[in-house]
Amino acid sequence: MGLESVSHNFLTGRLEDMVQWSRKNSMWPASFGLACCAIEMMASGAAHYDLARYGMEVFRASPRQADLMIVAGRVSQKMAPVLRQVYDQMAEPKWVISMGVCASSGGMFNNYAIVQGVDQIVPVDVYVPGCPPGPETLMHGILTLHEAVSNTDILKRRDENKKGLGIVAPQLDGQTAIGTLMPNPRVRKVTS
Amino acid sequence: MNSIATQLKQKFESSIHIDSLGQDVLYFSKEDYLDAVQYLKSECEITMCIDVTAVDFLGCNDRKAIEGVQLERFEIVSNFISHKRNERVRLIVEIEENHPTVASICSVFPGANFAEREVFDMFGIEFEGHPDMTRILMPDEWQGHPLRKDDSPARIPVNFTDDISSAEESFQ
Amino acid sequence: MSELDDAVTTLEGTAGNDDARFQNERLFDQTNEGAQGYKKKEVVITGGPWPQDVTDETMVINMGPQHPSTHGVLRLMVELDGEIVVDAKPIVGYLHTGMEKTGEELTYVQGCTNVTRMDYASPLSNELVFSLAAEKLLGIEIPERATWARMLLVELNRISSHLLFQATNGMDVGAVSMMIYGWREREEVLRLLEKITGLRMNHNYIRVGGIAADLPEGWKKDVLEICDKVEKGVHQYDSLLSGNPIFQERMVGVGILSTEQALSLSATGPILRSTGYAWDLRKEQPYLAYDQVDFDVITTSNGDVFDRYRIRLYEILESIKIVKQCVENMPKGDYRVQDKKVTPPPRARIDESMEALIHHFKLFTEGFKVPAGETYAAVESPRGEIGCYMVSDSSSKPLRMHVRGPSFYNLQSMVPMMKGRYFADAVAVISSVDPIMGEVDR
Repeated sequence: MGLESVSHNFLTGRLEDMVQWSRKNSMWPASFGLACCAIEMMASGAAHYDLARYGMEVFRASPRQADLMIVAGRVSQKMAPVLRQVYDQMAEPKWVISMGVCASSGGMFNNYAIVQGVDQIVPVDVYVPGCPPGPETLMHGILTLHEAVSNTDILKRRDENKKGLGIVAPQLDGQTAIGTLMPNPRVRKVTS
Repeated sequence: MNSIATQLKQKFESSIHIDSLGQDVLYFSKEDYLDAVQYLKSECEITMCIDVTAVDFLGCNDRKAIEGVQLERFEIVSNFISHKRNERVRLIVEIEENHPTVASICSVFPGANFAEREVFDMFGIEFEGHPDMTRILMPDEWQGHPLRKDDSPARIPVNFTDDISSAEESFQ
Repeated sequence: MSELDDAVTTLEGTAGNDDARFQNERLFDQTNEGAQGYKKKEVVITGGPWPQDVTDETMVINMGPQHPSTHGVLRLMVELDGEIVVDAKPIVGYLHTGMEKTGEELTYVQGCTNVTRMDYASPLSNELVFSLAAEKLLGIEIPERATWARMLLVELNRISSHLLFQATNGMDVGAVSMMIYGWREREEVLRLLEKITGLRMNHNYIRVGGIAADLPEGWKKDVLEICDKVEKGVHQYDSLLSGNPIFQERMVGVGILSTEQALSLSATGPILRSTGYAWDLRKEQPYLAYDQVDFDVITTSNGDVFDRYRIRLYEILESIKIVKQCVENMPKGDYRVQDKKVTPPPRARIDESMEALIHHFKLFTEGFKVPAGETYAAVESPRGEIGCYMVSDSSSKPLRMHVRGPSFYNLQSMVPMMKGRYFADAVAVISSVDPIMGEVDR
């Protein structure tokens, strides 16, 4: 299966670096926006918090052409088989980001209707907390995934133990609001 | 009592009228329900059916007794509005537990179609004369009716595990 | 309805385009009769079992639930004869969250966090309708400042929701750059809401008894700045899109709905107003302080997709009018009702007074008890009439909390709009109905 079948030694190191660099710089998300988190995902793709600078503004409708599935929103019992089917239709290499608390753990809805965590259905690589996570947190999660793709052998690990990477990204919302509507105390005014 | 409630009460004398916090509510029996809705559309200038929903009173201790009305476990509540007269009215029908069926008002107000399917899905109350009495919100093979009080729990207790080694490893 | 007649602004014809090139037959649907003259003989009952005897001539296609243009997880089964839609059936339930069941488990203090996630494009309307229903049951009066602040926030939310509609509608119809422009102004509004409420979405700010915290310092300047920016943006979108010939070809004469169909299928909001029926709850059954502000109700007479787009565009301008009046007339006073049994005490008092400590503890662990009763409260959300039917049994949790989501009923009106038209128009129709699946499935 591509890079993973090549044996890993000092000769193939450069080749691996190049392939991982190209994978992380043009990782195309599959649009799997379900609920409120989808609106924030669209906001990260819009002009203010631009995902295009990471090569990710093309949300592929067809899962065959996508690398990354951002599960944005609560997954209900009726939707769970659809989620698994879309994940299976994606071609390797593929990664999963679970966006929001509802996808990561069932969120505030621990009842009969919501799957308590999307990692019961698909292997998750990065969990992004928030309800909904703002675009800043989501982008931090995406960048964490990019780092993991370029530095670790994330796909080999997944073949071995069938689980995703499982990194939890920290919450980083509210950075830009402080700078614009309220004066940012860290900015020094230049008077001369 | 607004003009619609007055008209309705005059036509159907067996119905009971209640003033619920300023809103007009009329209690009907199952047999009169469809006729009342048809009368609303033809004579009372009701233009739209706003909502059809149900309530499950199982285990409710503090239920207000209403004279003349035999209180049962389920209630079907339907809200209507008359745009011309700018008035609202609510109709309530008591449904007993062992025979939960009632007439469907889809022939009078087609907009109640989805709402009645939802009531069937969530409570198990069947509507006679509905064109498509199937589940709408739950998967088709789901057993049970979630919004009943003796069905699914509203809060599943979270199972915490004592093994936190995997969480420590992934925390960066 | 005479005072309403003065307030109604009726938009006529196409947006100022007299070019003689557009003489195709679709434009003739947009006559003065338009939707009013387009009377169907029988009213369509949506739903029904899928036809068993589908002949070889028609093809059944499934659209969704994972689809780029179905506005969330809506699944549509369409029976096609070539490119013409013969029948369609929407299948919902892919986002069912059991929120009404959760609502029976959470107290009235916590209830707004649950309800706010139903219509996630305009969360403050959901919180408002829940709070109005609970306050009616409690029988308490809200202070004036809280009422006006609620009105300000709900109108700001209407602006951001309609901007979201402009963005997604443009993208669905083909003007993909509209997606980026729509979010430009929406980000400004969301930043202001973050400054006031603490969150960009799902604010949990309008609570039973008033609002969660007072408006921050300098809010007047920020709100007026945003009004100017949004107004400029709206005029830009109008000049970009409304006269565009491709946009008009895709939307004019498409998805026509008549008033009888809309009323019998319980459609409210811009869908009903696009058929020429001027019904807006803010004017007819005013709640909050809507009878003290001056604004128009936008209606059109053609009932097609283009009209719904224009109604939502001009409703942004009307909301800006209301917001400016709120800024001028905001009264001073309390932002929450001063009833100790309902409102928690300010945090500083907890150190000083034993009573305050006990009240705080009781309110946040057990919640306040609401006397037994039942009520229905309704509000005009950007999608139509959102209502909350609440039954309480004198405990601290509602016995039944049912929210009448407008998109649930508006989806029924989608099928008559699509029948007999090309399949490509189905996407434009879905986007003009503007469903938010969170409140459809709850």
